[in-house]
Amino acid sequence: MAARIALADVTVGNELPSLSMTFTREDLVAYAHASGDMNPIHREEEFAKSVGLPDVIAHGMLTMGRAIKVVTDWVADPTAVIDYTVRMTRPVVVPAGAGVVVEFGGKVAAINDDGTVRVDLSATFDGQTVLGQARATVRLA
Amino acid sequence: MSMNREMIGHQYPASDSLLVTEAVIRDFALAIGDDNPIYVDQTVAQSFGHATVCAPPTFPIVVTMAAMEKSFHDPALNMDFTRVVHSDQRFEYVRPIAVGDELVVTTVVEDIKALGNNDIATFRTEVSSLGELVVTGWSKLVVRGDE
Repeated sequence: MAARIALADVTVGNELPSLSMTFTREDLVAYAHASGDMNPIHREEEFAKSVGLPDVIAHGMLTMGRAIKVVTDWVADPTAVIDYTVRMTRPVVVPAGAGVVVEFGGKVAAINDDGTVRVDLSATFDGQTVLGQARATVRLA
Repeated sequence: MSMNREMIGHQYPASDSLLVTEAVIRDFALAIGDDNPIYVDQTVAQSFGHATVCAPPTFPIVVTMAAMEKSFHDPALNMDFTRVVHSDQRFEYVRPIAVGDELVVTTVVEDIKALGNNDIATFRTEVSSLGELVVTGWSKLVVRGDE
């Protein structure tokens, strides 16, 4: 593992560069095929509404997969991430058309005794957080 | 209908194996919108000290979800899989997943508890390649009970 960021260069409270990512219906179809999660609530509007959802929703795991890009872009080597956990608190609702934008952020929350770093992540859609307790443990250079 | 607590600690037989190829990794990276070259370019991966391209951090879900879904259908578990919501996910990585790995998953029912009318089930998924542990996943699932 060879992170581009050195432990000596980070301080608790440091903000990682944030990211905006668009979620479209096409993205959800592509993720369904790549992940094998073919649940129709992520692809079929009528079905999603029939089970009480406002519209098609993104896979929680797609949101988790995108949120960690804040960290992996920062360290350059994604294998520096040694632990990653999220709670999926709210769905990202994806209407047909141009899609919706989710804002992702990250902050150095702690430097652990073993020299790893805890990064707390945020994901915001439509003014509300969609991931809770989202944390990555990262081994820096 | 609530889940069978006697299944806590039960371990399911190992899943079929998935051979990790460059194409599988590339397709997953594309699908999550991550353009990091380490997922597609062996030269870049090697510059970071890896033998081959590596998989994105959430890639293990491809095998862990499939393995868990098989257990959802076990009548002994008494789990209404039509009412399942995936609420939490954690991965603890031992080493990167890379091209050539043959991933096999062992699923364990780690915990089942009640929260109101719902059951909260935690499944532990141990992903190994050729007998060596690569990553452990924990998935928490909410099974919505009757209103």
